[in-house]
Amino acid sequence: MGNYSTSEFRSGLKVMLDGEPCAILENEFVKPGKGQAFNRVKLRNLNTARVWERTFKSGESLESADVMDHDMEYLYTDGDFWYFMDPISFEQYPADKKAVGESYKWLKEQELVVVTLYNGSPLVITPPNHVEIEIAQTDPGIKGDTANGSTKPATLVTGAMVKVPLFLSTGEVIRVDTRTGEYLCRAKDS
Amino acid sequence: MSWQPSASLPALQQRAKLYQIVREFFLAQQVLEVDVPVLSEYATVDPFIDSLKTKVLGRNEYLQTSPEFFLKRLLAAYQHDVYYLGKAFRQGEQGRRHRPEFTMLEWYRIGWTEQQLIGEVNNLLALFFPEKHCSAFTYREVFQQHLSIDPHVATAKVLLQCALNELNGEIDESLIAGDKNTLLDLLFTHCIEPKLPLGVVAISDYPASQAALAKITEDSQGQIVAKRFEIYVDRIELANGYWELNDGAEQQARFEQDIAYRQAHHLPVLPYDQSLVDALNEGNMPDCAGVALGIDRLLMCWLGTNDMSDVVSF
Repeated sequence: MGNYSTSEFRSGLKVMLDGEPCAILENEFVKPGKGQAFNRVKLRNLNTARVWERTFKSGESLESADVMDHDMEYLYTDGDFWYFMDPISFEQYPADKKAVGESYKWLKEQELVVVTLYNGSPLVITPPNHVEIEIAQTDPGIKGDTANGSTKPATLVTGAMVKVPLFLSTGEVIRVDTRTGEYLCRAKDS
Repeated sequence: MSWQPSASLPALQQRAKLYQIVREFFLAQQVLEVDVPVLSEYATVDPFIDSLKTKVLGRNEYLQTSPEFFLKRLLAAYQHDVYYLGKAFRQGEQGRRHRPEFTMLEWYRIGWTEQQLIGEVNNLLALFFPEKHCSAFTYREVFQQHLSIDPHVATAKVLLQCALNELNGEIDESLIAGDKNTLLDLLFTHCIEPKLPLGVVAISDYPASQAALAKITEDSQGQIVAKRFEIYVDRIELANGYWELNDGAEQQARFEQDIAYRQAHHLPVLPYDQSLVDALNEGNMPDCAGVALGIDRLLMCWLGTNDMSDVVSF
C-alpha cells in the first residue's frame, strides 16, 4: 500500500491514522503568507464511526488504508456471525457483531448490501437506504384509517421495531428508511 | 470539467471596478504603476514559499512568487514610489483561500516606516469597507490576550503545551516535534486568527525569527522584533508588509540562512536573486516600506464570499 501526501487528501480517501482505518471527510489548507502551511483534516474512524480532527504540517503523508467497499449478498446468521457472499467470486465473508452493529435489523436474505472490507475482513455493513420488509406482528389494521397521523408499533420479520400507520396489518410488506428507521410507505407488490 | 466560468458576471464587473479604484487611489498619491517580469532565472528561497519552475530556451526559469525583487531593483535604480498589480504564482497552494496563480497588489513608499504604511493600507481598504472599524495590535499583544503567552520569550516546550491544550491534542506528530516558528504559526493560525476582532486589524512587531525581509529593531520593551506587519479583514489575512531591509550584506546573509534551512530540511535548494543583492550593494536603495496585498481575497471580502472560485473567472 502507498502513502498519500496532504496535497492528495480529499474527501473519501481511506488512510491509516493512529493505527485505525479512517475516511477523510474534509481537508482545509491553512497557510500564513509567510510561514508554515498546515492541513486541517476531519476524518471518520471507520472502526468506531467517531469523527477526528487533526492538523498536519503540509507535505506530511499518511499510509493508505486497505479499505474497499464491495456489494455482497446477505446469506444467513448463526447468531454469532452474519455471512455475506461476493456474487462474482462466490467467496463468503463472516462479519461479527461489531461490524454489523444495528444493521442486522435491515438484513434480508439474498439482498445486496455494501460490505466494507478492511485488510480482507468485514469492517462495516451498510444496508441500502431503503429496504422492503414484511411485518411479523402488529395490532390488527383499522380499515380506512389513512388520514389520521396516528401510529402503532410493528415488529418486522428481521426483528426491527418500526412505527407504522394504524391501517397496516401483520403480513404486509413495508418500505423503511434504514438511516432513520422510519416507515416510508406500503411496498407496491404487497 | 465544465467549460463555464466559476465567477458570475457581476463578480467580474466588481473585479474591474476594484482595479479602477486601486489605480485611481495610487494615481492620486503619485505612486507609479509598473509592470515587471513574471519569469526570472532566480527563485524565492523563502523556506515556506515554493516557486513554479519552467524551462525557457533550455534554461531553468521560475515564475515569481511576488514582484518584490524586481520592484526593489527599480527602487534602487530610480528612487520612485511604485506599485504592481498583476499575477504571482506559488507552488502547492490550493484551497478556499489559495490558488497557485493569483493576483497581487504590491507597493513601496520611500521614506516611510511600516507604521505609516499601515495607515495607507487602512485608507485604501476604507474605500471598500467604509463601515469597518480599524484596530492595531502587536504580535505580543494578541498572544497575551488570547493565550496568555509572550511569544518572544516563550520556549518551544511552552508553545507546544499551549497548542496541545487549545487544540485538544489534535495535532500530528510532525508538529509535536516542530520548532518554535512552526508552533507560533500553528497557534497564530488555529487559535488567534479565529478570535481576532472583526473589521480591519493590523498586527505588527513580529518575532525576529519571522522577519523575512523586514528590518529588525528593538521595541519599547527592549525586545528585538521584526518591523513586519500583517493586515486582516474579518479574520482573513489580506496583506503582509515590511519596513524594508535595504542593506545588501544583510540581504545576502538572510538568503543564505534560508538556503541553509532548506538544505537542513531537505527542501529544494534554488538560486537566490543575486541581482537584488547587487542592487542593494551598488544601487541607491532608499529607506522605504512595502506591502503586498492579495487582490482575490480583497474581492472575496468585498463581495462577502468565502470561496475564491467565486471571484476568479476560471
